[in-house]
Amino acid sequence: MQLNIPDLSLVVLIGPSGSGKSTFARKHFKPTEVLSSDTCRGLVSEDENSQSATNDAFDVLHFIAAKRLSAGKLTVVDATNVQAESRKPLVALARKHHCLPVAVVLNVPQRVCEERNASRPDRNFGDHVIRQQVQQLRRSLRGLQREGFRHVFVLDTLEHFDAAAIQRVPLWNNRRDEHGPFDIIGDVHGCCDELEELLTNLGYQKDPSPSNDSPWSTPLYAHPQGRKAVFVGDLVDRGPRILDSVRLVKAMIDAGHAICVPGNHDMKLMRKLRGRDVQITHGLDRTLSEIDSIPTTIRPQFEKELAEFLDGLVSHYVFDNGELVVAHAGMKEEMQGRGSGAVREFAMFGETTGETDEFGLPVRHNWAAEYRGRAMVIYGHTPVPEPEWLNRTMNIDTGCVFGGRLTAMRYPERETVSVAARHTYCTPAKPFLPPEDAAPDRPAQHIDDDVLDIDDVIGKRIINTTLAGNVTVREENALAALEVMTRFALDPKWLIYLPPTMAPCETSKLPATLEHPAEAFAYFRHEGVPRLICEEKHMGSRAVVVACRDADAARKRFGTQSDEPAVCFTRTGRRFFTDPAIESEFLTRVRTAIANSGLWDELETDWVCLDCELMPWSAKAQELLQRQYAPVGTAATNALASAVELLNRAAARSPDAGPLLDRYRDRAALASKYIDAYRGYCWPVQSINDLKLAPFHVLATEGAVHASRDHTWHMNWAARLNAADPQIIQATRSLIVDVTDAASEAAGAQWWEDLTATGGEGMVVKPFDFTARARRGIVQPAVKCRGREYLRIIYGPEYSLPENLDRLRSRGLAAKRALAIREFALGIEALHRFTRREPLRRIHECVFAVLALESEPIDPRL
Amino acid sequence: MLLTISTTHHPATDLGFLLHKNPARTQSFDLSFGRAHVFYTESDETRCTAALLLDVDPVGLVRGRRGPPGEGRTLEQYVNDRPYVASSFLSVAIAQVLSSALSGTSRERPELVNTPIPIIASLPVLPARGGVEFVAGLFQPLGYEVTVQPMPLDPKIFPDTAAPYVAMTITATCRLTDLLSHLYVLIPVLDNDKHYWVGEDEVEKLLRHGEGWLAAHPLREEITFRYLKRRRNLARAALERLVAEDEADPDDAAEKHDREEAVVEERVRLNDQRLGAVTAALRQCGATRVLDLGCGEGRLIQALLKHRQFELILGLDVSHRALDIAADRLHLDRLPPLQKQRIQLIHGALTYRDSRLAGFDAASIVEVIEHLDPPRLAAMERCVFEFARPKTIVITTPNVEFNVRFETLPAGKLRHRDHRFEWTRTEFQTWAGRVAARFNYTVRFVPIGPDDAEVGSPTQMAVFQVCN
Repeated sequence: MQLNIPDLSLVVLIGPSGSGKSTFARKHFKPTEVLSSDTCRGLVSEDENSQSATNDAFDVLHFIAAKRLSAGKLTVVDATNVQAESRKPLVALARKHHCLPVAVVLNVPQRVCEERNASRPDRNFGDHVIRQQVQQLRRSLRGLQREGFRHVFVLDTLEHFDAAAIQRVPLWNNRRDEHGPFDIIGDVHGCCDELEELLTNLGYQKDPSPSNDSPWSTPLYAHPQGRKAVFVGDLVDRGPRILDSVRLVKAMIDAGHAICVPGNHDMKLMRKLRGRDVQITHGLDRTLSEIDSIPTTIRPQFEKELAEFLDGLVSHYVFDNGELVVAHAGMKEEMQGRGSGAVREFAMFGETTGETDEFGLPVRHNWAAEYRGRAMVIYGHTPVPEPEWLNRTMNIDTGCVFGGRLTAMRYPERETVSVAARHTYCTPAKPFLPPEDAAPDRPAQHIDDDVLDIDDVIGKRIINTTLAGNVTVREENALAALEVMTRFALDPKWLIYLPPTMAPCETSKLPATLEHPAEAFAYFRHEGVPRLICEEKHMGSRAVVVACRDADAARKRFGTQSDEPAVCFTRTGRRFFTDPAIESEFLTRVRTAIANSGLWDELETDWVCLDCELMPWSAKAQELLQRQYAPVGTAATNALASAVELLNRAAARSPDAGPLLDRYRDRAALASKYIDAYRGYCWPVQSINDLKLAPFHVLATEGAVHASRDHTWHMNWAARLNAADPQIIQATRSLIVDVTDAASEAAGAQWWEDLTATGGEGMVVKPFDFTARARRGIVQPAVKCRGREYLRIIYGPEYSLPENLDRLRSRGLAAKRALAIREFALGIEALHRFTRREPLRRIHECVFAVLALESEPIDPRL
Repeated sequence: MLLTISTTHHPATDLGFLLHKNPARTQSFDLSFGRAHVFYTESDETRCTAALLLDVDPVGLVRGRRGPPGEGRTLEQYVNDRPYVASSFLSVAIAQVLSSALSGTSRERPELVNTPIPIIASLPVLPARGGVEFVAGLFQPLGYEVTVQPMPLDPKIFPDTAAPYVAMTITATCRLTDLLSHLYVLIPVLDNDKHYWVGEDEVEKLLRHGEGWLAAHPLREEITFRYLKRRRNLARAALERLVAEDEADPDDAAEKHDREEAVVEERVRLNDQRLGAVTAALRQCGATRVLDLGCGEGRLIQALLKHRQFELILGLDVSHRALDIAADRLHLDRLPPLQKQRIQLIHGALTYRDSRLAGFDAASIVEVIEHLDPPRLAAMERCVFEFARPKTIVITTPNVEFNVRFETLPAGKLRHRDHRFEWTRTEFQTWAGRVAARFNYTVRFVPIGPDDAEVGSPTQMAVFQVCN
């Protein structure tokens, strides 16, 4: 006997004690699929037979079953289940998770049960218990279907029991193995002219079938490249050529060129054809009158076949490994690929609040606004003026029958193709096109993005990035980031990127040197990266500039509601400038430079994200300078000068003060070098002309993240921006180094020596190709190599004294490097998601994670 | 890091005996944080000058350090003034390197120990947290002639700005042991920091080195407070023991106390009034389940708990630290279960939609909105009024018009550094009216605090009620 059970179902074994349930379960299911009440008794009470633990044991069983069903795992309940009240919560559980409940009844003779129990020492209850259970089972048999079990299998004899074989059957809606390409077509409603035109535009070819007398006779449309049309339903009612539409679609389905899900109109027609009492409203009359015009001789047969066709439509489909879902009115994530009355109902009508609006139509709950699923959901049902993306869903019903358009969505291309309605065939109860003088609506995604959800950022998070796979953010780190993000960061809509931290090179072994290019070059060589670029490291503050062509472009692309055409923010997402007037003046200059550089047109974009350094350092670090750097300089000079003066006098009296005097003279010299070091990065800012912006990455523009462009491309743009406004935009000097060539390396090291000897902070060494992969994933996107003098303001004025330097050499880079990779991957991921026009929460989660990772305790001097 | 002590006592060379350090040699001593050197720049019958020079190891400070992070976490930084200034490191060095002199013992000159001699002490770089007057105020009452030389901060970058240091010279005819005790206590007081954890034994040290002078010092409270790193319980214990040994004028003390309280009360009273007004509004609307959005350290929750009407109070704050303090303040870990289940504290932000906030009768947002950047208000409005949607919403915020009545507040300044804005009554009412209209609420306004005819009350409150 073969038992066909759906591959996602709750299998309830029913049988008295000793009927062989556990044996049956062991034989046909994986151990992890079987939840046994005895095991659960043992879990909660140490005794698998304890009857007093029954309630707690079932709590546990139901809890685990719920988790499994929620995750889409077939689950078998191994308990006697002979009473209706014990089965009821199981049926409810299956329904709640939109799985089919299946009953497998082990109706073996009572004698067998008694014998088996007698042979087991732990089953010491009397035969009366079994007798009672058998009676309860017999009484249950007839009502199982009514209780809600969709499939009931009864194994009456031991032969049946032994011969039983389980066959798992995929649900009808599971078409994960079909990968397309598809053309998903919106609500047709009898607009066959437009449908034919649309199919033709989509490249389908019409094959006039040999004319016959069948009422189903129709030309066949097929795509030469084998694309399939997927109809979101509502083929019938309202329009002028309803039956032609149905014929066309049915013929395509029969020939394997199309797939169709049912709409609510289709189902209502089916019920009417099946003789049910339905109201002849919402255009059903048109369908019925078309049917009436079929000759009476063939009409009953046609009606029967039409009803069968409609009845055979499956509520929704999951395609392409779960990447695509098509349903008439949409499909929530937890219902996708599942089967229950609720799923079917949702597919047909979507979600309603139970209220009706002023037009008498049900008020719809916007499920798509809450949609967080991975699968793209394409649906129709409610006419909209424009098909638009909202959280990976798109409604493509553009109201053709109401005088709008018939729209198709090409998958996987994600393009829409529409044809205009030839007439307004029907007036909608509620106008769906906005009045012509109305201001254009903001896109639904922008409105939805106005408010982010706390669940999308807090707790432990795992973010999948293209560059570094899964990046985990610990809960504690997210806690810290929430405060920074909420209290200090600017509108999340602008925050499409945060820069990563950067690790220094390994410590040099050269005298009086903590960092040297040799170690940076060696790092990349060991990672197998031959070609590098060295870029001058500017000593300012990291700044990200996101600029748009104009305020209108900003509103359109970023969904912001202000008049700002650009922003400039720090590495923690704060506004760089506190004075709005300076900010606006500065950004206007930057935007003008971008425009004059030709970037907008050449990169075919209305916006750009630039990674920059903004100088002087003192502009942002004023507080730090005044509180820490300058006082240390003052204290050091005065104290050491006094000490030298006193030691001079002491040495004049007794020569044993000599060595101490020398030492203090050296220290005094270092203090003054320290002051020179920080002073080099400070100058007063009287006007924006005193600011210098050095862009070094053109990170992203419309449709493109430039992390795959080599650095000469980026440097070239930096130079062009500099040429467009040399006053405030500074170029970045760079040098290409080949680490397989000693001469090239030496030139690189010399370049660094020259740079740092003239007060430069140092240099940043990057793989020439921007991102480079090695055995263990991507390599550091950048390694800094700081100058000897600059390091005084990191490690203190006297770090270069041998006894200090020797101790400073030991420093662990591993954590910093791992962090740099993860933050880099997250930043680039955020940009990719933004260019793909994903919902803001998907971008925000990456940016938020960068901020969260920054709260990792890592030596700030690295 | 540098202290010089001179005397013109005759013979001045006796200073070497008092310090137990030979004027002919340069001596060095190892300390846990570096080295100390003692040498003499002059030594003859008429004048003798000894120098205590401290070599604080700057790398050792950061690496392998035990102890507190220091004010502003300075001890965790390599760029650090500690190696160059007089601080608690110098006090430790005095106690270790000049211990006999500090305790007033001398083998060779036992009689001189108790003889006042003319002494000049110089500290070339002394942190002066509290200003030049504070430096003088500390040493003058002890009988010193004080010369304080302010020090400019880097003039290239900060023209006309004073560094937080001074060069100080004090002169007196006194016992060397007294001078060293004064310095031992007052250097860290001026620096207002300590490089080691301050515990009970620090009280003993203070009383020992303060014996005979601290109890009578007019700034004894401030000295005690700062010396004990502002740990109130320690300072109280120390002061009690000081005063017990001291016959202070009780009237004087009482008067001073009254004065202090008035200043404090002014502030406390407004805060209490605000909590009272919000509690009244929440009680009046009949709410049983209430939200305190931006609950901070839980003061309002504490007030609401006293009313049994409130069955569930959920406090939300963006600062995890504030929530920890709130849990502490509310004794959440030892509250009886029935009380405890009335309180929930959650970490969250008003700019993110949060399903945990749905289904409440009322919400209070007390002194919170002014901490949000104005462009982020829109998100807060939707999260609260559209998504959480309690029936009653109480919002309070400062009334900027009233600021002119605060005598200590400079004109045009906001009341708190983190305030992003402070609104006039019109601004607040316009905003509240627009929000109410947009989200279908009614709104009324209530003043909190004295309602000044001209500028209104210090705090303004809006009470929103959802329309049915």
